[in-house]
Amino acid sequence: MSHLLALIVVLPLAGFLLNGLAGNRLGKAFVSTVGCGLPILAFAVAVKCLVDLQAAGGAPRIEVAYTWAAIGDSLFEIAFYFDALTAVMVLIVTGVGSLIHIYSIGYMKADSSYARYYAYLNLFLFFMLLLVLGRSMLVLFVGWEGVGLASYLLIGFWFEDPDKARAGKKAFITNRIGDAGFLLGMFLVYQALGTLDMDRINAAFMGTSPPAVSASLLGILLFIGASGKSAQIPLYVWLPDAMAGPTPVSALIHAATMVTGGVYLVARLSGVYMHAPEASAVIAAVGVFTALFAATIAVAQNDIKKVLAYSTISQLGFMFVALGVGAYGVAIFHVYTHAFFKACLFLGAGSVIHALGGEQDIRKMGGLARRIPVTFATFAVATAAIAGIPPLAGFFSKDEILWYAFASSHGGSPLLFAVAATTALLTAFYMFRLLWLTFFGRSRMTPEVEHHVHESPLSMTGVLVVLAVLSAIGGFLSIPHYLAPMLPLPEVAHELEYFETPLVVMSVVVAFAGLAAAAFVYGDAGARAEALRRRFPGLYRVLCGKYFVDEAYDALIARPLYWISDRVFLRIGDRQLFDGTLHGLAALGRRTAGGLSRVQNGSLHLYALFVLLGIIASLAWGWRHG
Amino acid sequence: MGDAGLLNLVLFLPVAGIAAIIVLPPRRDDLVRGLSLAVMIAGFVLTALLYVRYDASLDGLQFETRLPWIAAWGVYYQIGLDGYNVLLVLLTAFLGPLVVAGAFTAIQKDVKLFYAMVFALQFAMLGTFVAQDLFVFYLFWETMLVPLFLIIGIWGGERRIYATLKFVLYTAFGSILMLAAVIYLVYSLNTTTGITSFAFADLYRAELPLSVQTVLLAAFALSFAIKVPIVPLHTWLPDAHVEAPTAGSVILAGVLLKMGTYGFMKLAFPLFPDATRLFAPVFGTLAVVSIIYGACLALVQTDIKKIIAYSSISHLGYVMLGLVSLDLIGIQGAMMQMVSHGLVAGGLFLMVGMIYERCHTRELAAYGGLAKLLPVYSVFFALLTLASIGLPTTSGFTGEFLVLLGAFRAAWPQYVDGAVYPMVLSASAVLGVVLGALYMLWFAQRFLFGAAKAPHLPLADITLREKSILAAIIAAVFWLGLFPDEPMRKTELAARQYQQLVAEERTGVSVSAHRSEPSSPPGSSPLPVTLPVSSRTK
Repeated sequence: MSHLLALIVVLPLAGFLLNGLAGNRLGKAFVSTVGCGLPILAFAVAVKCLVDLQAAGGAPRIEVAYTWAAIGDSLFEIAFYFDALTAVMVLIVTGVGSLIHIYSIGYMKADSSYARYYAYLNLFLFFMLLLVLGRSMLVLFVGWEGVGLASYLLIGFWFEDPDKARAGKKAFITNRIGDAGFLLGMFLVYQALGTLDMDRINAAFMGTSPPAVSASLLGILLFIGASGKSAQIPLYVWLPDAMAGPTPVSALIHAATMVTGGVYLVARLSGVYMHAPEASAVIAAVGVFTALFAATIAVAQNDIKKVLAYSTISQLGFMFVALGVGAYGVAIFHVYTHAFFKACLFLGAGSVIHALGGEQDIRKMGGLARRIPVTFATFAVATAAIAGIPPLAGFFSKDEILWYAFASSHGGSPLLFAVAATTALLTAFYMFRLLWLTFFGRSRMTPEVEHHVHESPLSMTGVLVVLAVLSAIGGFLSIPHYLAPMLPLPEVAHELEYFETPLVVMSVVVAFAGLAAAAFVYGDAGARAEALRRRFPGLYRVLCGKYFVDEAYDALIARPLYWISDRVFLRIGDRQLFDGTLHGLAALGRRTAGGLSRVQNGSLHLYALFVLLGIIASLAWGWRHG
Repeated sequence: MGDAGLLNLVLFLPVAGIAAIIVLPPRRDDLVRGLSLAVMIAGFVLTALLYVRYDASLDGLQFETRLPWIAAWGVYYQIGLDGYNVLLVLLTAFLGPLVVAGAFTAIQKDVKLFYAMVFALQFAMLGTFVAQDLFVFYLFWETMLVPLFLIIGIWGGERRIYATLKFVLYTAFGSILMLAAVIYLVYSLNTTTGITSFAFADLYRAELPLSVQTVLLAAFALSFAIKVPIVPLHTWLPDAHVEAPTAGSVILAGVLLKMGTYGFMKLAFPLFPDATRLFAPVFGTLAVVSIIYGACLALVQTDIKKIIAYSSISHLGYVMLGLVSLDLIGIQGAMMQMVSHGLVAGGLFLMVGMIYERCHTRELAAYGGLAKLLPVYSVFFALLTLASIGLPTTSGFTGEFLVLLGAFRAAWPQYVDGAVYPMVLSASAVLGVVLGALYMLWFAQRFLFGAAKAPHLPLADITLREKSILAAIIAAVFWLGLFPDEPMRKTELAARQYQQLVAEERTGVSVSAHRSEPSSPPGSSPLPVTLPVSSRTK
């Protein structure tokens, strides 16, 4: 039996170990070669596996690496599973991953912790591949928590800045809250089915006799985990802060791959969710609300990366809408197109930040189109793609999501469609706003910054071009069609099919409307935007303040927790109640001992009396029990 | 017979170590240190040999010695390895050299006496684990107290007298109750079966009415619960840890706390199974309270040793939860969690000792940005932090995951809806997983990250000696995290035996009379140690 799947996973692990242990001594050329070479190799192996998969007619490939634990008749194996869904995910992860590794050569070249950076990046790939290749939920969970670790390390990469270290911690802990739900879901399914292998779980739910466990409860528990990793309400709060990490990390982990882990989880367990209408409805509702909510915040943000972060949350919301209405393949389609255009946008943002010597505030940009033309051109393509302008990649996937949100017999509704379409309009609006403020209009840069503006090196722009091309043409590869044998699309009622063409037209109109609105509001040197801001100061403050959710969490959860731990548990519990009782007993003991010692006064008569009493007592006891 | 000799050699090697130290010429501290390390390493190598040769497929004792000692009372010097103790003996022998090497620079006062006490403690701990006779067990159990008392009392911090007194009073209180219970237990074994014996295997067969079981379980449990410690009997632990020298803390966290959980597993629960099943919800609740309470308190500490001390309370709560789950996965998880906690907390205390030697303060606020100042130290610290959090691939995950899974699927047939409450407990304990990440990452963030500061600059990064100590621990942490199957094979039969002993009803004559009806063939007995039918119906 060959171990190609294990090889895919092990290659980046080897990169992590090499760069982590010896990278500092061996120089940057070595670090880059290993750091980029091994992921590219992993991509090549993944392509080989895909070819094999096609040759085998789509039959999944299963590899057992070793037995992690065998307890009684419970068996926990480290095994890998490769089918069409895995193939898509692995190719995205290694493909986009490799591109971002290459981009980082130029972006990070001046950093003193170059080897550490590549080690972490490779570590991330290792865990991410474990996540998508694992056959059992246990292996998936190892990857799941592992990517969280890599994300934590990379968000806090510049750890001397306490804010960045804190952002990393926040990400990890928010994810942990989700993971608690994941763990419980895992326990529940294991208790009911006695296996954690996801192909078996799906089969059990698809079989004729449904298992004795509520699919919806299971679905909700796992979705709690997914909402942590994929930044959905109420656990999305870590993702905007995660932008503290280096920008390529934001592109790879916090846009293209890791945050889609939750989407993958739900799609992978589609067998469960198909039988969990309540859980599916919750997913669709949370998804669409998150999409709208994050989009409104994105409208008012001024940090280029923050806009993209909220946009990512919003786009992930779209994916969950697709999952919620049973269009699993469509969700993965959006994962795939989103990986291209969002990676392109983040890396483009990185190129802008690089050009401006670290500036991230779009109010201090403007007029960059001619100064950094390649960055501009690629950024513009990706913006059009995310906005849903045909025939770019985002148009195809978003259009399908909107269609199924409307027409799916598995929970689609006009309301869902209306909210999603509004969000799409907002998306086009805030993305063109970003494009406009960054690249058009008059320059608002300080003279020193303006003086230094330069286009990025080829290793960065080359990657941008590749991603822009993929963002442009990627939509022509119909992932839902490819995945349909294993992830069938939901049924659509006959009478609704008439709406298909009008809806396509509508989604195109929506995209252009957003574009036009942004051009109108921000065109005239921002005068109309300023007027709007003055017209609705309250709304503007709420949006700028991100609805003050962080503050609410702090006041409602963090502070009470510390207060109870400190005031109640420590001061009252430990110090007064437990230690107080102990000290009281000790004092009592001392007093009693003091009292008893008075008996020991040297009087023989008294001693004799005690002896006598003792004898009588024992005799009496012996007589009664004799 | 040579096999039994090996175990005796491992047990008495520390005594030889004491003798060797005493003969060494005075004022040759380096010699004392070198010799101590050599003896400890030899002990570990021999124990590793024992571990490798321990046959996982055999039930019962291996490397057994059984010699009559006090014939009149039926006391035997009986020791042996079984699935219950094999990993804990290995852990004790593994931490021995690390404790010794970790104290090379920290202990400069009365070096000879110090290492003699470490050996005495090692002897007592190994003895407690390998003892198979309650009398021998009790002797070793009580002996442990003395060297630890001296280690904290002589080489400890400023409030060491308060801390030692508190520690000794707590444990002595528990011990006295246990002693009374031991006497009563042996007495009633004698009255019901006519056998006078302290052997565990015999005591497991005592058929006591539920009321007596309950009282005896309470006495044993109190004694063991203080050692674990279970909330609310835990307040001695933070004080003892804070005042103890590094070696004391490492032994305390690494091995001594496991004496409590081992005691529950080997004695308290299987000796009084009916009472245990009845009170399983109480123990389970206390375990979960310990998990959450310990974690919350770790969150608000400002002394780095106290953070780890409270985290120990939380982590040992998982062990208790796994043990009372009476589910095979949960029991095995408890076993893994015991070893894992020994490694991780032991390692963290060693690391605190290393920074304390350099800076002489345990105040968290005095530190910051150590990742910049001490990069190698910080990598090790971060790894142990992750293991403490229970990140997959580390030993902490193996333990916590299996315990929680086991507790989740536990069924307590004693109760109507007996499967619901363990599920609630497990779900509540999952909260501890979140809190664990909260306090440890909060700790690591303030300790390792942010602007660089330390009370003593410049700082020298860890030496080769320190690196070797930590590397050994990290290797063990990943071994248990990645490949737990091999060690769990060695404990599986014991876990099953424990499960069956506690599951089997033993409320005296009426029940056992039922059991011994000829309709049930003798071979179908669930217990490998069951008596022949005749002696049961006596």
